[in-house]
Amino acid sequence: MRFSFLSLMRNAMAGQSLWTPQWPQVEPKPFYDAIIVGAGGHGLGAAYYLAKEHGITNVAVLDKGWLGGGNTGRNTTIIRSNYLYDESAGLYDHALKLWESLSQELNYNVMFSQRGVLMLAHTVHDIQVFKRHVYANQRLGIDNEWLTPAEAQAYCPPLNISADARYPVLGAALQRRGGVARHDAVAWGYARAAAERGVDIIQNCAAVSIRRDADGRVAGVDTERGFIGAKKVAVSVAGNTSPLMESAGVRLPLESYPLQALVSEPVKPVMPCVVMSNTVHGYISQSDKGELVIGSGTDQYISYSQRGALHIVEETVAAICELFPTFSRMRMLRNWGGIVDVTPDRSPIVGKTPVPGLYVNCGWGTGGFKATPGSAHVFAHTIARDEPHGLNAPFHLDRFRTGRLIDEAAAAAVAH
Amino acid sequence: MSNAYRIPAGGRINRKKPLKFQFNNQNYIGFEGDTLASALLANGVHFVARSFKYHRPRGILSAGSEEPNALVTINRGQARVTPNLPATTAQLYDGLIAASQNHWPSLNVDAGAVNDLLHPVLAAGFYYKTFMWPRNFWNTVYEPFIRAAAGLGKAPSEPDPDFYATRHAYCDVLIIGGGPAGIAAALAAAATGARVMLVDEQSEMGGSLLSEVSVRIDSAAAGDWLASALETLRAAPNVQVIQRAAAFGFYHENFVGIGQRLTDHLADPSADCPRERLWKVRARTVILAQGAIERPLVFGGNDRPGVMLAGAARTYLNRYGVLAGRSAVIATSNDSGWLTALDLARAGSAPTAIVDMRPDVAPDLVARAGDAGIEVIKDSRVIRTSGRFRVRRIVVARNDGAGQRELACDSLLMSGGWTPSVHLWSQANGTLSWDETFKAFVPEAAPGGVFAAGAGAGVFGLGETLQSGWSAGSAACRSAGFGAPGATRGFRIEGEIAASPATPLQAPSTGRAFIDFQNDVTAKDIRLAVQEGFQSVEHIKRYTTTGMATDQGKTSNINALAEAAATLGVSPQQAGLTRFRPPYSPITFGALAGMKRNGTFQPVRRTEIDPWAEQQGAVFEPVSLWRRARYFPKAGEDMHAAVRRESVGVRTAVGMFDASTLGKIEVVGPDAAEFLNRLYVNAWKSLAPSRCKYGVLLGEDGFIRDDGVVARLTEDRFHVTTTTGGAPRVLTMMEDYLQTEWPDLQVWLTSTTEQWAVIAVNGPNAKQLIAPFIDGIDLSDEALPHMAYAEGNIAGAQLRLFRVSFTGERGYELNVPTSEARRIWELLHAAGAALGLVVYGTETMHLLRAEKGYIIVGQDTDGTNTPQDVGLGWAVGNKKKDFVGKRSLNRPDMLKADRPQLVGLLTEDSRTVLEEGAQVVSTGPAGARPLGHVTSAYWSEALGRSVALALVAGGRACMGQDVAVCAAKVQTRATISGTVFYDPKGERINA
Amino acid sequence: MIQVRCPYCDALLPEQEFAYAGQAHIARPEDPSAETDEAWRDYLYIRSNTRGLHKERWRHVHGCGRFFNAIRDTVSDRIQETYRMFETPAGGSADE
Repeated sequence: MRFSFLSLMRNAMAGQSLWTPQWPQVEPKPFYDAIIVGAGGHGLGAAYYLAKEHGITNVAVLDKGWLGGGNTGRNTTIIRSNYLYDESAGLYDHALKLWESLSQELNYNVMFSQRGVLMLAHTVHDIQVFKRHVYANQRLGIDNEWLTPAEAQAYCPPLNISADARYPVLGAALQRRGGVARHDAVAWGYARAAAERGVDIIQNCAAVSIRRDADGRVAGVDTERGFIGAKKVAVSVAGNTSPLMESAGVRLPLESYPLQALVSEPVKPVMPCVVMSNTVHGYISQSDKGELVIGSGTDQYISYSQRGALHIVEETVAAICELFPTFSRMRMLRNWGGIVDVTPDRSPIVGKTPVPGLYVNCGWGTGGFKATPGSAHVFAHTIARDEPHGLNAPFHLDRFRTGRLIDEAAAAAVAH
Repeated sequence: MSNAYRIPAGGRINRKKPLKFQFNNQNYIGFEGDTLASALLANGVHFVARSFKYHRPRGILSAGSEEPNALVTINRGQARVTPNLPATTAQLYDGLIAASQNHWPSLNVDAGAVNDLLHPVLAAGFYYKTFMWPRNFWNTVYEPFIRAAAGLGKAPSEPDPDFYATRHAYCDVLIIGGGPAGIAAALAAAATGARVMLVDEQSEMGGSLLSEVSVRIDSAAAGDWLASALETLRAAPNVQVIQRAAAFGFYHENFVGIGQRLTDHLADPSADCPRERLWKVRARTVILAQGAIERPLVFGGNDRPGVMLAGAARTYLNRYGVLAGRSAVIATSNDSGWLTALDLARAGSAPTAIVDMRPDVAPDLVARAGDAGIEVIKDSRVIRTSGRFRVRRIVVARNDGAGQRELACDSLLMSGGWTPSVHLWSQANGTLSWDETFKAFVPEAAPGGVFAAGAGAGVFGLGETLQSGWSAGSAACRSAGFGAPGATRGFRIEGEIAASPATPLQAPSTGRAFIDFQNDVTAKDIRLAVQEGFQSVEHIKRYTTTGMATDQGKTSNINALAEAAATLGVSPQQAGLTRFRPPYSPITFGALAGMKRNGTFQPVRRTEIDPWAEQQGAVFEPVSLWRRARYFPKAGEDMHAAVRRESVGVRTAVGMFDASTLGKIEVVGPDAAEFLNRLYVNAWKSLAPSRCKYGVLLGEDGFIRDDGVVARLTEDRFHVTTTTGGAPRVLTMMEDYLQTEWPDLQVWLTSTTEQWAVIAVNGPNAKQLIAPFIDGIDLSDEALPHMAYAEGNIAGAQLRLFRVSFTGERGYELNVPTSEARRIWELLHAAGAALGLVVYGTETMHLLRAEKGYIIVGQDTDGTNTPQDVGLGWAVGNKKKDFVGKRSLNRPDMLKADRPQLVGLLTEDSRTVLEEGAQVVSTGPAGARPLGHVTSAYWSEALGRSVALALVAGGRACMGQDVAVCAAKVQTRATISGTVFYDPKGERINA
Repeated sequence: MIQVRCPYCDALLPEQEFAYAGQAHIARPEDPSAETDEAWRDYLYIRSNTRGLHKERWRHVHGCGRFFNAIRDTVSDRIQETYRMFETPAGGSADE
């Protein structure tokens, strides 16, 4: 049933009896044209675009647990495209443009809220770096503007801009088109829309290994529920990428780290936008429910435990109280961890692999959610055509051999 | 009707200490020992809140931290407003001011209640299905409306004036929960000499014992037994008893976070007492004795004010002397509802009826109820309630639906069974199993060093609970390596009515039956989620939001699970549980931030000369953890004016600069030169003692990590300088290679950043300024040429003198012991007046070096640049077989002609100063093509024009070409030039 | 917050005294210039990212300053064993 105010009303009168499953429970078929491993936003989205834009509908999306249960459902939902390098900005802005009409595209309200993302500069070095971002983005026609401290506070009234702060706010870069979205809805919306186009979504079916034929080409996936054959296999499993790709003989420049996030108790609207600070190390927004949604950096060691340490939370909350001293009496309601896969240059790997028919989409680190529609879109292109889309071409695996890194973190974080 | 619902005697309140308080601007009286909830109930106030989504009137459901409904804002003055506090955990103090939340204009008249009428439309997940057209309405209309309706209390509007403390603790046995099990565990452990910590979230230790009035333990009344047990524990030197302390998170290896409330219960807390304390406890063993939480029954209208958990009503009666109502009805699925009924009867306020789901109830209970004149209605359940702001009537029916009848009441006390509190157990990675008695999950396999006891372990009955605590205490001590007492110690219990927690699963409900009260999730919502294909409990939770409110589903999780399992047609065990996440109960941000607030967020590193600079009115900037003087404005000067004056002073006379923040590492040993040779790009072996060299350090990826002058003090001793922010990184990198790659080298590394203060003296008058104070060093250019080093004394202080320059002028860097720096600085400053001395800051330093084309790592490089990129190819010892990063410089991409290369930019209009970060694009006939960006840009007073450095693709091959530089809407024409703008021949160095 | 035993100080101490220093036993090639681009990439960037027992380096940065090795279960995060640089762990070989 198509979602609309009308269908809501009809169901209201029918005691909700007309609603049907948003995606059917299906058993895996023996063979698919393409299998996508990982039913997160990136994987489900790729399946949707394979079906919609490339006419490939004999597709299965496998997940070891419930769909959207990985980083898609564990992140702080920040969406922005004001990255430094043209390659990154191009990919993320492609995503941002898709976000802007995603609810309509999927007929599922993903609650993309363009509240603006404010990135705070606290040092002269920050100012130089952020202005470089602003001007590089403007050159590409991507919105990003420089604000004075007073302008930043006008945009975000609870922000502390006192000159006496340990790291006073010296200015900010604002991307007005940036914002937040409802993370679960992205997975569910893609799942429903993909299923409608014939994609099989198979939950609780862990991929154990990737099988290759005698020629070395991909043959399918061995799962907990048996072997499933496929012409093409695309891996989109974030923190669990290394073990699975290893089974196909592909070793990747990845490490998986715990990343924590937390929310406060819900309060009436107080944070009008997203605020990020690299120097003070924290980011914050407010959800539609009223919870302050807060995050910061990863724990220090690699881990698959989905569990972080308390001292990271303490540091994160201290950073938030430093930026927003009025929030000190607020209380943490929920704290959780995800596993993020990080590449040496903090940019993703999206493309072909040395194994024919095997594709990988990984390495999004702490920033994958924002890219979901764009990444899924170009990944589908890569799978369907066996060649990268122009936007993900720079994010090939070979860059680690040639040295053509896309190092957003190094560009932003080198102190002097 | 003050305290109209307070029984004449009994309870643990202090009736001699009345306390005034306000709720929604009404004055009330309570007693010392009350919570806000018990005091409100004593005054007949049930309706205290509006729910999150439907804004339905809500009352007080529970008597503890599981409360989903009764959240209030407590106001201790404008800056001390705290939203969303459960009235059930807020201890009453004299003058407490509380208000209800989430309504407009008032609690009784709430416009938001219209949502309740729209409930057929606002079912689970409705917002995913609408608000999509027209597209721009989401941000402008729909979302602002949703946001305003959501959220509970209001965030504080002023900075928090309170402060918070942190304490680390270590113990052998940490016992969480001070009820009978926890206390028995502590008694067992105390005697062994183990270090014991007993923590409980309530204001008084005792847990369920505080609600027992008729039971005797070892011949003493429960209350007396408790008092004497606590006395024993408090007297034991190895036991620490901490109350108002909620264990909120169980982390790796028995590390437990505990939030202790210190002042919220005080009318007039001392200003030097922290508001809360975060305990971080590392325990050898942990005993979880957090008890069990009663579940609501799920029926239509179960959320009306006046509907309360039966166990809570019993606590209000026995502990606080408060009646939930004058004519109660009990609705229950297990024996515990009967205990409440019998206690009420004893207090002279017997409920009119007990409605029990079960067809068969223990005859003893039925007989007792009959004796008390209570009507017993078995095999029946409540199907709906009525009453606007308080339950007035209920309808009950037999389980088969027949025999409907209406009962009048002013309170409905329900029990749907008990849920052991396994949150922390689960966070500790303990496994759980489904228990058919409790119809809930109970602890199964224990993680190492963790024990469960009491109701939280699925144990019921006071004697069994005490015994389970004692056994856990004994086992924990043994596990922690202490001689433990025997595992059993008989506790003699008298006067306990035998009651079982056994309960049937609740039958599917009818009407609007609430499961998650705070988030307004009904049983129907759960069924709808399943109908729509959400089959995982995690999906159901997220789609309906059940269990995601501030109470974290303490009362609702099992009911939600049962409803979901029934709809899915599987057992609750098959359906499984959602993951428990910290915190168990909300923890204040301030407590987590601790001392890292208000000026102590991070330490500030200051040089010895910093106070002098502050006295001079310097403007500072943060650079890594340091603060550095950026410029020294004279009256009326802005930064640009100050920099013009300072820079001209250096170029024409002499300037003094505090360079103490430079990182300094002493590299010592017979292999010191070899070590640096392997690490830095430069050739070091040829560097003679007493000579300096500019060093460049790469990562193995070939990109510049750091730079700085290195002096060879003696054959085996080097003084390496690093950038201000880079010192720790460089030292770590050196240690890494030395310890793990080249352990054969005899080299020792010492950070000397703090030992040596650095006064940089630059300018044509530099030598003249310092000479009179220096002993033991020949300052002549022959003896001490540029890039030479010498040791001597200055004004009686030890001096390491470097003839180096970061300005292009004659320069000296005076390294003196930090303790002497201020004296030497002031001496030179006083002497400098006659020589035209200026004091300059980092901004002028940046300008002067840019005029000379000297790079700043991190400003003119960005972590992706090689030495060749920034014109430092000359420094690379290409003849060396290897150095860190060398191999990477031969990777395919490093050899490309279009690498970013550092060049100068001269603007067409010499007065225009470019913006750092501005984009350089080509202006050729092929159209605009991105080339790079401006890294440094300044007004050069010495040159009478602007100068800039830029990283431009293939820039060195484009000398003299015109480019456009774009910043915001401004486009500036400029010409690519070399990077040395000032004194290209380098003659000033000896001027 | 996990606990780490420094094999030099022989003390079990909180994680915050230590800095994680990446996968262990990645030897720097004897002659990097002889390495192919592929081999050099592997040295620089390819990591096992093991799910399970992971051999890794830590540094007792707020203590003795020494680098050492640890075997840690990346699923539970618990360190099973620590051992000094160039030593063989009790539980097996130092090979990856």
